[in-house]
Amino acid sequence: MTEMKHHLTDALLIAYSAGSMPEAFSLVVATHISMCDDCRARMGSFDAVGGELLMEAGAAEMTAGSLDAVMRMIAGEEPEPLREKSHDNVEHLFPEPLRNYVGCSPDDIKWKKVGGGVSQLVLPTKGEGTVRLLNIPGGVAVPDHGHRGTELTLVLQGAFSDEVDRFGVGDIEVANEDFDHQPIAAPGVACICLAATDAPLRFSGLLPKIAQKFVGI
Amino acid sequence: MQRIQEAADSRAFADLYQFFAPRVKAFIIKTGSTPDVAEEVTQEVLATVWRKAKLFDPTKASVSTWIYTIARNRRIDIVRKVRRPEPEDLVWGPEAEPDQADAMALQQETEQLSEALANLPEKQRILIEKAYFSELSHREIAEQTGLPLGTIKSRIRLALERLRYSIK
Repeated sequence: MTEMKHHLTDALLIAYSAGSMPEAFSLVVATHISMCDDCRARMGSFDAVGGELLMEAGAAEMTAGSLDAVMRMIAGEEPEPLREKSHDNVEHLFPEPLRNYVGCSPDDIKWKKVGGGVSQLVLPTKGEGTVRLLNIPGGVAVPDHGHRGTELTLVLQGAFSDEVDRFGVGDIEVANEDFDHQPIAAPGVACICLAATDAPLRFSGLLPKIAQKFVGI
Repeated sequence: MQRIQEAADSRAFADLYQFFAPRVKAFIIKTGSTPDVAEEVTQEVLATVWRKAKLFDPTKASVSTWIYTIARNRRIDIVRKVRRPEPEDLVWGPEAEPDQADAMALQQETEQLSEALANLPEKQRILIEKAYFSELSHREIAEQTGLPLGTIKSRIRLALERLRYSIK
């Protein structure tokens, strides 16, 4: 695997650590962290900040009998033994958090065509935002689009380029409002991305706008 | 924590409870919950601390950090009722005994982080608290910088790399 060069921002890691992020975005963040030791270490340090804030949050008196209540909850229970993790030694294309939503392989996915050779699968999440897998054949462009909110795009296979840079496996692009870009998949193997948006995309051309009505991008 | 992990010592657990439960409850109240809900969440958090005690690894996180992550997750389950996908666990080899020196070093780094946070300018500190207590939008969080994370980040990264290396 080539070295990743596009990582999560501090703002995203704080929101993930604080637990204030919608599920759609958390899934992309958790999937990137599964692939990236650097962001895993940064997440650990933001959790440590959370731990310090907990230490300094003050002290709210517990109600009478609350320790007894907890003792009853755990009565007769030993701390759970560590489970042996089954290491299947298979290199999965999809890290575990994503496998929990879509299974192991892109071959099992029921892709829906969205035009221009591009296909997608919208994942079921609760709350704000939408997250989808995108499958872009090598050399194909995704319609030029802007965003009303934030868009996170994580590359799982292949690569794409846009006005900003080239994004390979594990790289994550954080695009904000006022940012129009036209991603083009690198030639060769299809580019598979996990993309979360918190508002509908804004396509520049008329045709994509009509398409948008039907495919719900 | 060690006595809970190794000997399922309920006296040790009661001590840990006395220290952490009021802090967890205060923290949950700060995130916007009523005292009743915070009490319920806190009881769940402490019960989880007992059940998951063996998962605590002092080379990867301090006790306060570990309890913070449990409190966050229980709050999401009970109050927000949403799912929070977690990163894949790193694959370690046969469970190695946590290295005392690593655990000590992490403890020191955590203390330094605590000191650095305490010494932040007031305005900066308030922003950070707001970010953790979900009072800021992502955009507002993006505008603040300067959290002093350098050393602890390197320490955690080192620990991860060492653990990865040990299985190769």
